[in-house]
Amino acid sequence: MAEQLLRAAPELAVASAMPARARALSGPHGPRPRRRFSRRNVFIYGTLALVAVYYLLPLYVMVVTSLKGMPEIRLGNIFSPPVEITFEPWIKAWSTACTGLNCDGLSRGFWNSVMITVPSVFLSISIASINGYALANWRFKGAEVFFTVLVVGAFIPYQVMLYPVVIVLREIGLYGSLWGLVLVHTIFGMPILTLLFRNYFASLPEELFKAARVDGAGFWTIYLRIMLPMSLPIFVVAIILQVTGIWNDFLFGVVYTKPDTYPMTVQLNNIVNAVQGVKEYNVNMAATLLTGLVPLVIYFISGKLFVRGIAAGAVKG
Amino acid sequence: MTSVQVRDVSLSFGAYDVLKELNLDVPEGEFLVLLGPSGCGKSTLLNCIAGLLDVSEGQIFIKGKNVTWEEPKDRGIGMVFQSYALYPQMTVEGNLSFGLKTAGMAKDEIARRIARAAEILQIEPLLQRKPAALSGGQRQRVAIGRALVRDVDVFLFDEPLSNLDAKLRSELRVEIKRLHQKLANTMIYVTHDQIEAMTLADRIAVMKGGVIQQLDAPQVIYNKPVNRFVAGFLGSPGMNFLDGEVEGDAPTFVATDTKIPLGRYGFGDAAKPGKAVFGVRPEHIATGDAAAAMPFQVDARVELVEPMGSDTLVWTKLGGQSFAFRVEAERHLASGDQLRIGFDPARASLFDGQSGSRM
Ligand SMILES: Nc1ncnc2c1ncn2[C@@H]1O[C@H](COP(=O)(O)OP(=O)(O)OP(=O)(O)O)[C@@H](O)[C@H]1O
Ligand SMILES: [Mg+2]
Repeated sequence: MAEQLLRAAPELAVASAMPARARALSGPHGPRPRRRFSRRNVFIYGTLALVAVYYLLPLYVMVVTSLKGMPEIRLGNIFSPPVEITFEPWIKAWSTACTGLNCDGLSRGFWNSVMITVPSVFLSISIASINGYALANWRFKGAEVFFTVLVVGAFIPYQVMLYPVVIVLREIGLYGSLWGLVLVHTIFGMPILTLLFRNYFASLPEELFKAARVDGAGFWTIYLRIMLPMSLPIFVVAIILQVTGIWNDFLFGVVYTKPDTYPMTVQLNNIVNAVQGVKEYNVNMAATLLTGLVPLVIYFISGKLFVRGIAAGAVKG
Repeated sequence: MTSVQVRDVSLSFGAYDVLKELNLDVPEGEFLVLLGPSGCGKSTLLNCIAGLLDVSEGQIFIKGKNVTWEEPKDRGIGMVFQSYALYPQMTVEGNLSFGLKTAGMAKDEIARRIARAAEILQIEPLLQRKPAALSGGQRQRVAIGRALVRDVDVFLFDEPLSNLDAKLRSELRVEIKRLHQKLANTMIYVTHDQIEAMTLADRIAVMKGGVIQQLDAPQVIYNKPVNRFVAGFLGSPGMNFLDGEVEGDAPTFVATDTKIPLGRYGFGDAAKPGKAVFGVRPEHIATGDAAAAMPFQVDARVELVEPMGSDTLVWTKLGGQSFAFRVEAERHLASGDQLRIGFDPARASLFDGQSGSRM
């Protein structure tokens, strides 16, 4: 074995010393040829296509149904594309569908949801990122205890706290108002978001923080000038989590608001589950699509950043 | 005048004592190197001096002022880190000016200082680049520049070169030495690279387990180590150690059949018989004609030869124990060869068998 290696070695040395083009290559060289329709490829793409169809089919049914008139729907074939495209159901869902006593469609719920989501997302992320930064970098007295309490908080089921929170909100006079719901979302988002931010900030090199302190930067300067600019990916992750979570929330919305301040999801439920009159499938589908539009748009525009942020903890950059 | 003074400083993380009643006086303008194995508390001591860690006990003075409770920025120190720690979103210029802006310094003064630092470190063409677009050596220069612009009395370096490759490391080592000669600031430099320590230091503090073992000029530490740990830590290839005993009225070191007379050895106290370790550096051993002039001579049989380019390390046995010595690269020895070697016991070190401290 050793002898073979020794004998082969001089030849190897000569071969690698020769200019590349002068060599006539026989045997495998260059990129390995790949068959486009290998069994492996067919299997992989076949599976992917199947799964994609499985997930897209309901969406397709919803879209086509929402574009049909009621007579066409009664014909019964839910998969057939609309013969006569109509946007009537969308308009009705948005502005005239009745929910309980009001008949101004989903628009009221939409604006309620906006007014709930925007401040909730802003407040919860601001506070949680500062919490996480303080926990990761300024090891203050009691930080461990504080952190443990937060982690435990992340695992308490919401249902346990529903009623106590009703009482608290009533006592401070925010029950039924938009700001009450904002407060609830901000507080309930705190454990998981703080955890997220703490872990991200802890993964940043500690010497950076030390260098900034030697440079004379204080708590806020370091946060704003050093940490924030390095944390775009994790902020995107947090924003997506919070926007979709709060927009899609039904439980808190239905418990802590009243009909005037219902968020979009609660209104949607009231439209779809209305007991009186005929079931207007096309309006229901349009309403559902409208409600789902916001998280969908968020995913589309930030999908790439989202993935990058999730992966950011794994590789130090 | 003392520039940095560490007085009885202790530091513990919970129940674990990292620094134990440590004392250190650094005169103004000195280049002091903290040298020690990983985990001995070098960075911890540096962070205490910088004010990035609160000491558990003791005081720290900088320029005669008690700064034990001061913020890092008020201590008159600049610090350079192993990982460079440059602010990634700022340009080189932004990195240099960040501390000055935070301190609210006037714009033209900032510009003047950046220009000076950039000139000294030769990073003028890089000022508008982001750290990601710099090589390791350039990054470390910028990191040094960040300490330089602050115009401080004391520079603290925490293994600034250990992320660089060997060639760049030796280049920057020279630059740091030049910088020290030019600025004449006090510099405290942490490393576990003994070459860096030997070449840069005015004095070296060798640390182990949070305690300074020896604090002295590099040559003294190299030739007269106070204990076995220091002797073994410095020098590559390391010092030869022979286990044996000191015997007799005319003291002699005995390891089985080898008897080394200690008449010329400078004992600290009176020689006392008992277990001991005899240490001699491979480069202090002579061969051939030179060996004939040595007070102690012995015949040796070559066991193994390690050519190192500039010279060759030869392994043999003395008193039944491994023993290495250096010969010029031109001497071609092979295992099995016999030759005469010799050394002067006055250049050797003798350590107590129990405590390990120098006898
Ligand atoms: N925050 C901490 N909590 C607990 N122990 C710590 C902490 N920081 C450091 N230590 C311990 O203190 C000891 C000294 O650490 P230090 O960083 O000063 O070592 P060092 O001499 O700089 O080593 P190296 O050469 O590897 O950088 C180590 O044993 C380390 O595990
Ligand atoms: Mg260290």
